[in-house]
Amino acid sequence: MSVEELLGADPGWIILVKGLLIFVICVVATLLSIWGERRLVARMQQRLGPNRVGKFGLLQSLADGVKLALKEDLIPKTADRIVFVIAPIISVTACFMSFAVIPLSGQVNLFGHKTLLQLTDLPVGVLYVLAIASVGVYGIVLAGWSSGSTYPLLGGLRSSAQVISYEVAMGLSLVAVFIYSGSMSTSAIIAAQQHWWFCVTLFPSFVIYAISMVGETNRAPFDLAEAEGELVGGFHTEYSSLKFALFFLAEYVNIVGVSSLATTLFLGGYHALPGLTFTENWLGGWFTVVWFLAKVVMFFIIFVWLRGTLPRMRYDQFMKFGWKVLIPVSLIWIMIVSTLRVMSQRQTPRAAVFGFTFGVVLLLLAASSLMESNKKRRAREDEIGEVAIPSFPIPELPTKRTEQING
Amino acid sequence: MVENPLTPHSKDLGLVAAQAANAPIGEQVPASFFKQLLGFWVTFITIFKKVNTVQYPEVKEPTAERFHGRHQLNRYEDGLEKCIGCELCAWACPADAILVEGANNTDDERFSPGERYGKVYQINYLRCIFCGLCIEACPTRALTMTNEYELADDSRGKLIFEKEDLLAPLRQGMLQPPHPMVPGTDHLDYYRGTITGSDPAQAVKDA
Repeated sequence: MSVEELLGADPGWIILVKGLLIFVICVVATLLSIWGERRLVARMQQRLGPNRVGKFGLLQSLADGVKLALKEDLIPKTADRIVFVIAPIISVTACFMSFAVIPLSGQVNLFGHKTLLQLTDLPVGVLYVLAIASVGVYGIVLAGWSSGSTYPLLGGLRSSAQVISYEVAMGLSLVAVFIYSGSMSTSAIIAAQQHWWFCVTLFPSFVIYAISMVGETNRAPFDLAEAEGELVGGFHTEYSSLKFALFFLAEYVNIVGVSSLATTLFLGGYHALPGLTFTENWLGGWFTVVWFLAKVVMFFIIFVWLRGTLPRMRYDQFMKFGWKVLIPVSLIWIMIVSTLRVMSQRQTPRAAVFGFTFGVVLLLLAASSLMESNKKRRAREDEIGEVAIPSFPIPELPTKRTEQING
Repeated sequence: MVENPLTPHSKDLGLVAAQAANAPIGEQVPASFFKQLLGFWVTFITIFKKVNTVQYPEVKEPTAERFHGRHQLNRYEDGLEKCIGCELCAWACPADAILVEGANNTDDERFSPGERYGKVYQINYLRCIFCGLCIEACPTRALTMTNEYELADDSRGKLIFEKEDLLAPLRQGMLQPPHPMVPGTDHLDYYRGTITGSDPAQAVKDA
């Protein structure tokens, strides 16, 4: 049975159950991922991390959640009360909604009903995810603006600028996927990866998506919006209690969201590793959920690893990287991909394809060597030559090492 | 240990260090991309290293031998207090955490050898910075510090330690003051450290 037939036959209550299931999965994933992140990042710093609440500290985030809920809910005097309350709700709703089109499993038996663990399958599913992610930005902007305070405003502007610029790169990296799968629906994209996952065939797109998803979720090393040393807490500085917990939840659901989108688009979604496809029939198809979750967890571990390793980037470096590296690179890559695609559809002779590939490689090499020599020339121009010593006293030029006082 | 070339040595009068310090700055080229990726290996391999965490309330590691912890007012071997109420500790204290009020010893009621003893002795642990200057100031080694560091409490009043909280416990052979000095000795014998224990004659008559 096709995906449309399976999902189209869902009665209302199954849809409700699926919606509830997505909600529960997201919340539990958040609780576990906060715990997992803290434990893993602690090990990277030779610490243990939370290990007291529950077995291995598993209930730590639950305890933190209860603590947050019991705290006093402050609304600053200068805040715009209505927007202040709505902002975290927008944030958290948007990140939950993007899960509607993510296929979590293959065909399974849910309460005696044959279906897929996917709420709906839009023909423009991935575009829908991008659109919803953009709505999520409103939560951040409005939170920053409505707090009526300087730092949240700065943080909110920073993170919205960040999310918007990295969304461009993200969207462009997905174009190659659309071209190759010929569809924007998540299930069709997964079906198109039957033989080769897109992370292999469209490797540059995968790398660009992986980088931009870190930028998109405001995570280290791109967590400029929450740069504690500069902005206190960023857009959620003035938030406390449950509203703060909602932002926290939104951040982690967002991470899980972009990870599952990456899984769907580049790692073959719920399908097993090549060579292990027989496992997809285990537990009546439910084992595909395990594959899906394993891939998402892998992405999450990479997120934590990045956070444990890299220092925070400077804002201008970050923006420069997004606009001057990621976007041009993905534009060039899209051109190459689409040309190759058109060639293969028109059955161009193999020699022409090879010629084109060879030409592209040659052009890239030429461009990179040109850039290199340009850099060297500019470095030579920037060098300070011999400067005539003026008659008035000047401080010494920094050509000497400063003396080290203690060993 | 690798010798730091910039550390001045007494042998060469720091000439080598000065020369090294005067060397011109070389070209500062960032490490190659793959070399920079080594950082990921560092964090990865650290996951499998032994953690330094101590499970504190259950496991207590001993402190450093000379750790500055809670104070203690010591006694002579027969139980008399060493504190003479001179207030030098209070004067030395940069945080004004110590309050001492001395009083005269009498022949009926003797707490320390010699003329005076500390009647009131308070240390406010909300003020104390554990610098140890009071210990250096004490002329009779009456005040020393222990290694005890668990000094948290839930009220300001509880953190002002009185004399009875600070006094060292009576050990074997010590008598609870007030009681007279060992017969046939005077305070100078105490200060010289020739007193080795209490004498039965010291037991307070009216007790």
